[in-house]
Amino acid sequence: MKIIAIISDLTIPLIFLGIIVYGMLKKVPIFDEFVKGAKTGLETVVNILPTFIGLMVSIGMLRASGALDLFGELVTPIARLIRFPEQLVPIVLMRSISSSAATGLVLDIFKTFGPDSLIGRMTSVIMGCTETIFYTMSIYFISVKIRKTRYTLSGALLANLAGIIVSVILTYAIFD
Amino acid sequence: MLNYIWGILIIISIIVGAFTGNISNVTKAAIESSKDAITLALTMLGILAMWSGLMRVAETAGIIQALTKKLNPILNFLFPEIPKNHESRKYIATNIVANMLGLGWAATPPGLKAMESLQKINPDKSQASVSMCTFLIINISSVQIISINMIAYRLQYGSVNPTEIIGPSLIATLLSTVVGVIYAKIMARTVPRNMGGHGK
Repeated sequence: MKIIAIISDLTIPLIFLGIIVYGMLKKVPIFDEFVKGAKTGLETVVNILPTFIGLMVSIGMLRASGALDLFGELVTPIARLIRFPEQLVPIVLMRSISSSAATGLVLDIFKTFGPDSLIGRMTSVIMGCTETIFYTMSIYFISVKIRKTRYTLSGALLANLAGIIVSVILTYAIFD
Repeated sequence: MLNYIWGILIIISIIVGAFTGNISNVTKAAIESSKDAITLALTMLGILAMWSGLMRVAETAGIIQALTKKLNPILNFLFPEIPKNHESRKYIATNIVANMLGLGWAATPPGLKAMESLQKINPDKSQASVSMCTFLIINISSVQIISINMIAYRLQYGSVNPTEIIGPSLIATLLSTVVGVIYAKIMARTVPRNMGGHGK
């Protein structure tokens, strides 16, 4: 388990080092390129901001209304059985449908329990290894006018499920 | 899709809020949450700008192209049915590499190109070919080396060590891709065309 902690600490410094050294060897004007890229990063955030406000408002309202707690109580017996925190059930259900809506729910977890709580860490890992399915599939298949997608959906759902199971096991093993 | 989800979330909140006596909290949450979104965006601005800057250096230096070439043996295993030197290979490789680096915006254009060129060698234009199914499953279960967004969110909400999730996430994303690939390989052999999927 210690090696996993080392990977966590070293990945970002190594990516920095690799890119900067490679860039210098290739005589890329690294700082100029960095500045150009940073500008596009700013634009990305500004572009998603309206979506973000909209979703955080709706999820904030949902949390305050008590609806999430009601839903949690409903699924508690099943969730307990497999040691899955019931607060994370709405997130994994939403994850395949809309990435931004799932993110809103995750932020709600961070706000309520803190990102360093067990369920905060678990949801972070889950979000890092799962993807939006329906949106991606529709864009890619519609672009070539294919309607029969065969086993793509089941495969994608299965991969996401595997990611979630591994995340839960790893979170308990490392952080609990 | 999001239009319905958003509407339903708000309607549920107001109805449940009215029944549970939390309606004033619902109002307060609407105002508080919009404020939170802006605070969060400020953290995101810094981190995403930094990351995009770094990735731009990587792109200009040709790291993406270099990695794409290294992917050839893996592509041979994943897509044995695609002819050697077919143009789709290049697009698929670029898409996979961009996804690994978390460059969603750089992944989609080659991804769509890949679908287009796979469609050219698809014997039945109305349904997905084996390569398309494999490609999409890999794309969706993509190995993401770093989910920079999650790190930014964790930082914003006061995490002591926001990057501690990189290790476990990496293992989980690798295993989910492995499961996806194994499934795609098995299904490619066992599921006859015209079976499964939705549509007509």
